[in-house]
Amino acid sequence: MLTEMPLFAPAFPEIFMAISALVLLLLGVFLKKDSTNLITVLVVIVMAVAAGLSIQGPEATTTFGRLFVINGFTVFAKVLTLMGAALTLFLINTWAHDEKVARFELPLLILFATIGMMMMISANDLISLYVGLELQSLSLYVLAAYHRDSQRATEAGVKYFVLGALASGLLLYGSSLVYGFAGTTNFEGLAGAMKTGPNAIGVIVGVVFVIAGLAFKVSAVPFHMWTPDVYEGAPTPITAFFSIAPKIAGLCLFLRVLVGPFAAMIEQWQQVIILISVLSMVWGSVAAIAQKSIKRLMAYSSIGHVGYALIGLVVGNEEGARGLLFYMLVYLFMNVGTFAVILSMRVKGRYVEQISDLSGIGRTNKGIAMALGVLMFSMAGIPPMAGFLGKYFIFVAAVNAGFVTLAVLGLLASVVGAYYYLRLIKIMYFDEPAAAFDPPSLTTGIIMGVSGVLMLVIFIVPAPLVNGAEAAAKALFLG
Amino acid sequence: MTALSNFITHLPILSAVTFLPIVGALFILMLRGDSETVARQSRYVALWTTLLTFILSLAIWYQFENGTAAFQLEEKFDWLPQYRISYHMGVDGISMLFVILSTFLTPICILASWESIEKQVKEFMIAFLVLETMMVGMFCAMDMVLFYVFFEGVLIPMFLIIGVWGGGRRVYSAFKFFLYTLTGSVLLLVALLAMYFQVGTTDIPALMEFKFSREMQMWLWLGMFASFAVKMPMWPVHTWLPDAHVDAPTAGSVILAGVLLKMGGYGFLRFSLPMLPEASLYFAPLVFGLSVIAVIYTSLVALVQTDMKKLIAYSSVAHMGFVTIGVFAATQQGVQGAIFQMLSHGVGSAALFLCVGVVYDRLHTRDIDRYGGLVNNMPKYAFAFMVFMLASVGLPGTAGFVGEFLILTGTFPVSSWVALLAATGVILGAAYMLYLYRRVVYGELTKADVKEMLDLDPREIAILAPLIIVVMWMGIYPMSFLDVMDASVTNLLKHYHDALATRAADITPLGGQLFAWLR
Repeated sequence: MLTEMPLFAPAFPEIFMAISALVLLLLGVFLKKDSTNLITVLVVIVMAVAAGLSIQGPEATTTFGRLFVINGFTVFAKVLTLMGAALTLFLINTWAHDEKVARFELPLLILFATIGMMMMISANDLISLYVGLELQSLSLYVLAAYHRDSQRATEAGVKYFVLGALASGLLLYGSSLVYGFAGTTNFEGLAGAMKTGPNAIGVIVGVVFVIAGLAFKVSAVPFHMWTPDVYEGAPTPITAFFSIAPKIAGLCLFLRVLVGPFAAMIEQWQQVIILISVLSMVWGSVAAIAQKSIKRLMAYSSIGHVGYALIGLVVGNEEGARGLLFYMLVYLFMNVGTFAVILSMRVKGRYVEQISDLSGIGRTNKGIAMALGVLMFSMAGIPPMAGFLGKYFIFVAAVNAGFVTLAVLGLLASVVGAYYYLRLIKIMYFDEPAAAFDPPSLTTGIIMGVSGVLMLVIFIVPAPLVNGAEAAAKALFLG
Repeated sequence: MTALSNFITHLPILSAVTFLPIVGALFILMLRGDSETVARQSRYVALWTTLLTFILSLAIWYQFENGTAAFQLEEKFDWLPQYRISYHMGVDGISMLFVILSTFLTPICILASWESIEKQVKEFMIAFLVLETMMVGMFCAMDMVLFYVFFEGVLIPMFLIIGVWGGGRRVYSAFKFFLYTLTGSVLLLVALLAMYFQVGTTDIPALMEFKFSREMQMWLWLGMFASFAVKMPMWPVHTWLPDAHVDAPTAGSVILAGVLLKMGGYGFLRFSLPMLPEASLYFAPLVFGLSVIAVIYTSLVALVQTDMKKLIAYSSVAHMGFVTIGVFAATQQGVQGAIFQMLSHGVGSAALFLCVGVVYDRLHTRDIDRYGGLVNNMPKYAFAFMVFMLASVGLPGTAGFVGEFLILTGTFPVSSWVALLAATGVILGAAYMLYLYRRVVYGELTKADVKEMLDLDPREIAILAPLIIVVMWMGIYPMSFLDVMDASVTNLLKHYHDALATRAADITPLGGQLFAWLR
């Protein structure tokens, strides 16, 4: 039987990225001298073009036998992911040259991981979801162990790989259960089956396994154990990458899977997500208090933020999705900025990563201190910073949907969280200066400055971004 | 001249007063050069900015019409149309004078920090100017989200001011201040979210019109109470205040006592009373009880303090106890007295902290026993201190008398027992203040280092003189202030009692029988 050619246009950004990645790989091999700079710039350009292609792409549609979907939501999520990836690439490049570990494979691995994330976001079938997720995860495992001569980095890589493989296994097992009981892996097919068919216990078990697998990928409690170790062990800019793009893509995927095919089962999965969300918020704030390494602190901080974002998922309506997307947008800039600060924690050319190394930089490195100060207040959700609006929208959605207790718990957890963000401010401004940092490089300086300023700008003129998030959320619930 | 007045009348004046300090702060941020020059220039920029802000804020008073309860000088722009949040500013008789109070105290604080702040002067001035913006904005905000933004935004500069420029256990106090207030505030945020859910907007005038169900009112009231009671501060959540006062620099204490404590009382008047009348009636005995404990207990605690700042801090808690009594008495005299008391305490206690600052700058201790006999070598200081001390005691002819008298008059018809118990606070207040004054100013001048202390210099006179004038003005001719708030308070109480008359005939206040007996 002659099959019809599938429609390629909806997947142009991904196809373009994949081909570019292969071409750049060849280019890197054939260029004799160090080509990391060139490849990095080209990768950023590829990402920018892909973002442009996504925005200019065709109307909402599915293709490849309904394995792949695009709509306003996927476009928004992809642009966010690409932005996060591209911004961290700048940090990675600066760092790699500093540490003399620059290799052209580094930006390419990021590119491959990003292609995986784009696939995840556009997945319209449990199979294509898994393929995208694995492409992302395998690239990330390699990245975690990129510092291959360092014991900590290799340990981080192996740990990430073993636990990640377990999570993928859970996800696959869940998918197979769902397939066995519902008879399809296609999202629309599943949605239909869920609406008509009874809620077979097998499907519920399957969905719980799928949730567990996804929760692992976004490092929500209780599937977070790998996060602090991997964040600490991996090279700092790679950690920055881990904490941004995969989290955004993972949460968007989470949202698509649960409000798409399993929308009819909301009563069942809502309880699970509430639990995961509360545990993440509470544990993210409590465990962060005792940390000494700033990278471990950021690990717990991101666990906490994922907990807040998951509230948007709990609500499971348009308002919640809008809040989640806006939260991730703010989160992106907060984290990029903070990691830019962490990457400028250098004393005489050597990177330091203890929180106590920040002592008194309010007097010795005023610019860095001010940027980190603004970012920390934003992370704590204190107005007038963008982080406040992110939390506000999430909690508005929760209260409007009747989850008042959840909102109260979340807000109280944010007070505990404020304590450790304030601790950084205290160390920077109240303590006596220790060794001053070297002046930040131009790239990191610009990134931290711009994200600090953005915290205020987004707060003052949030309307355009809210409109974007709103359109995306609408598109999600249309199709 | 007409061109100028024309310009001022067409200026969005509330926004101008609110954000002018930020402009000054940006200006200071851009100062470059060696640290001495930058420090000097930032002091002058901060002083001129705050003076200009004060003068501009007088234009608010000038344009304000006394006879109406409506919100005036309104400005409204869409900010977040998706959530129906607007940038809505306006003042009425309740809030207008607090704006003036904030802009009046800030230049005084800048002057008070002229010499005592030596390190990181530039950052200090920036923090203070940002703080002024937050304070003024909070009193002008006519949208609850906007209010909340300023209300919490205050925490950031104040946290830094206590933590960086404070003394003693500054880090502990800064954290305690921040976390106490933040915990209260997030419960206010929950109440805000719930109100938005019910009404579909956060515009304050719209919220005032909305009639919340009784059960809803109770929860909302408790959420707000958690926040405002901490800010006030009411017993038993007042413990952050003595710590924060003792460890803050002088200017920080002045603003803390002068303006920040008023946010709680303002919140009760702006939100709890008009929006939640039934809950306010129901919980009034709780407020009375806590306030009476605050008045008596903290006055007794103040009697045994050895640290001057701590003593004044405890006296603040007692004075704020009067305010909460007056607010929830919900009579014309009670509420007007509460507002007046907040204003007079704002000026008077700020002045007392400045007086402590004066001697602290010379001897670097706040221990009462280290002083004595200052009247001999510092007569001008003794005079200024006496005026403020008597104002705090509530001597007729000073600002303190009017507020306390009105509150007691207004409370008596509601509950004579509460009025009686509160009145003992006046006596205790006289005891601890006079006792403080006797130990510091009178007595033998024996200590060698105290003998060498010089009297007020011109800068300090410039700081204290305006405060003396205002304290006397408020005591002798209070009508210039009472007239401003009269129409708004009348309107507030009319709404409050109308709402109760139609819907709350069956409400028994908390602890019903006991309360009935106490009447």
